[in-house]
Amino acid sequence: MTDRPGTSTYPSGEGEPLLSVRDLTVTFGRGAKAFRAVDAVSFDVRPGQTVGLVGESGCGKSVTSLAIMRLLPSRGNAVTGSVHFDGEDLLTLSDTQMRDRRGRDVAMIFQDPLSSLNPVVPLGVQVAEVLERHRGMNRGDAGRRAAELLDKVGIPDPTRRLKEYPHQLSGGMRQRALIAMALACEPRLLIADEPTTALDVTIQAQILALLKELVQESGTSLIMITHDLGVVAGLCDEVNVLYGGRIVERARRHDLFARPRHPYTGGLLASIPRLTEGKGRRLTPVPGSVADNIPWEGGCAFAPRCSSEIEVCRERTPELVPDHEGLGPDRLLRCHNPLESNPLDDAPSDEEVRA
Amino acid sequence: MTTTVQQPEGAGTPEADVLLDVRGLKVHFPIKKGVIFDRTIGHVYAVDGIDLQIRRGETYGLVGESGCGKSTLGRAILQLESPTAGEVVFDGTDLASLKGEQLRRQRRHMQMVFQDPLGSLDPRQTVEQLLLEGMRAHGLTKDAQVARTRLTELLSAVGLPKNALSKYPHEFSGGQRQRVGIARALSVDPQLIVADEPVSALDVSVQAQVINLLEDLQEEFGLTYLVIAHDLAVVRHISDRIGVMYLGGLVEEAEGEDLYDEPLHPYTRALLSAVPVPDPVVEDSREQILLPGDLPSPANPPSGCRFHTRCPWRQPTRCEEERPELRVVQVDGVPASHRVACHWAEQIASGELGRHTVEVDDVTHPDEIHPEIDSSLGAKGVTDASA
Repeated sequence: MTDRPGTSTYPSGEGEPLLSVRDLTVTFGRGAKAFRAVDAVSFDVRPGQTVGLVGESGCGKSVTSLAIMRLLPSRGNAVTGSVHFDGEDLLTLSDTQMRDRRGRDVAMIFQDPLSSLNPVVPLGVQVAEVLERHRGMNRGDAGRRAAELLDKVGIPDPTRRLKEYPHQLSGGMRQRALIAMALACEPRLLIADEPTTALDVTIQAQILALLKELVQESGTSLIMITHDLGVVAGLCDEVNVLYGGRIVERARRHDLFARPRHPYTGGLLASIPRLTEGKGRRLTPVPGSVADNIPWEGGCAFAPRCSSEIEVCRERTPELVPDHEGLGPDRLLRCHNPLESNPLDDAPSDEEVRA
Repeated sequence: MTTTVQQPEGAGTPEADVLLDVRGLKVHFPIKKGVIFDRTIGHVYAVDGIDLQIRRGETYGLVGESGCGKSTLGRAILQLESPTAGEVVFDGTDLASLKGEQLRRQRRHMQMVFQDPLGSLDPRQTVEQLLLEGMRAHGLTKDAQVARTRLTELLSAVGLPKNALSKYPHEFSGGQRQRVGIARALSVDPQLIVADEPVSALDVSVQAQVINLLEDLQEEFGLTYLVIAHDLAVVRHISDRIGVMYLGGLVEEAEGEDLYDEPLHPYTRALLSAVPVPDPVVEDSREQILLPGDLPSPANPPSGCRFHTRCPWRQPTRCEEERPELRVVQVDGVPASHRVACHWAEQIASGELGRHTVEVDDVTHPDEIHPEIDSSLGAKGVTDASA
């Protein structure tokens, strides 16, 4: 992570991976009705690194995170593969052992802060509960520590807020409270599943700034799950683009946005309306919808929507292989006919730089 | 807010071109309390004195955060919400004075596209029934053959296959459902379409399809749009003129390009700087204006300039006492169509006034907020409770 272009403001993610996901597969249902929501997904998260999982709804990004946390219901699905956290396979742990990890070593922030909080329990009790459970603190100490945590995530007047219930807080405050809970035991890995999607832009900016600061300060690794490429552009060291349950492209942040190689990544980038472009430029959307996918077996799921589809796309499943040299390190790509040029190149790029 | 509206000079549009003229529009929702007898203990000032004009054939974009009253404004324009004060003149008729049958007839010319495509379509009606219902209500289906052709036209206009007519809403994907919603709005051949967050429930790639569709339809049918959205990039992409709303009032209004090139109101600046840009080079270099705290409660809006509690450019004088009105500012390169509601816009634009930090404690004063109103729920939560 030393040769990243531009200013490197993030702690480097050198060394042994903290989390190593290999061939993670989640299948819902059985027999003829079986549906593979996540299909052989593998990625690493190194200490201090921020890894992004990006994709549209239904691409399996949330299911991946739930499978890592072992939060999927015990029935009706099958999880295979391995999730090594610090050398231990989380998928083979007993429920009791897993409960000890959750919240202490691995924590999670969800999209909807209201439904992630217990509506009938005061905030303070909920934040302190994590500390009592994992750190063995008594109620008084935990309460004091909870107030410190709320203060740290920027909630004004924390001691009063501790006595309040979730409905008395605004959306942004609730998300801050969830972040405080997630960080209470200083976990080594934080999984954020669309943490700002339900929030307004100005509040989103606050929360993202907070996450960035906390990750830098504590050296926590972060898995950022989002559909918003703008969020990824500002936060993630490495980005995985998911489509139809599989990773279709992986690259470092700058490389990905400078040279998208998979037609789906290129299509996503081209379909975002830009602030700097006025009325007139037609968006180039990805045609069709996820419903048009063909199964991965025997072809590329994206082929029916793909603009650079060739014959082989419907005959052979593309593998996730290293992309050719000269495009930046660690690039992986799953495509028979990748993009040769950035679809946005016709747009002037220096005009996009605005204060 | 007193209504001193000047047609922006130099905009070069005669009065006759104005399709929709909103003057001093206010929508206040009462807050009721009591077990047996409801007492009104206050009001939510959802829309509080808005003037805006929409010209024929243009797209007016309305942006703001949740709870700023933008949806209520859209509903009030269509008379789905009865305004507390002010008038809505549509094509020369004051809608607020119309009642019953007359108003119903007028509705043919103003249609709405909703945010949630599944929630706004009746799950027990096929697409054919959905589309015909509005047409029947306005007497457009007397000739079955004409109605039939009209349906086919509508489907091809919004890009749906012919066999869609016999399907139910749940059989479609999100993008297709939104197309059905748009087709329904188009079915009665309206002049104005109010689109309330038309794409925010859709995935990025599908979102682009629907935006393109809206633009095509405008060209084809000469529609006038009022697009309400929280996504600034979307609004910028489809709007000719843009109004920025904060807590029930317009704080800035300008041509799309002018607004994004030179935002004059501190809130607009903060809003624009908060949008994540899908370009790491920009993200690494740009400076963000982070606004502290949350939107104040619309039931108890701050005095003077509504934004002064969170404003990084707040001045000790005027901001707290005097509510600024939309005015044309004397700044080089800013056209007369660009209006802003800030006392200090000139000084901020010239760099004479600098940014300062805002104490977060100033922002959320717990005692000043009505306990029964959750500011994040905004007006919607309150109306639901009192309805």
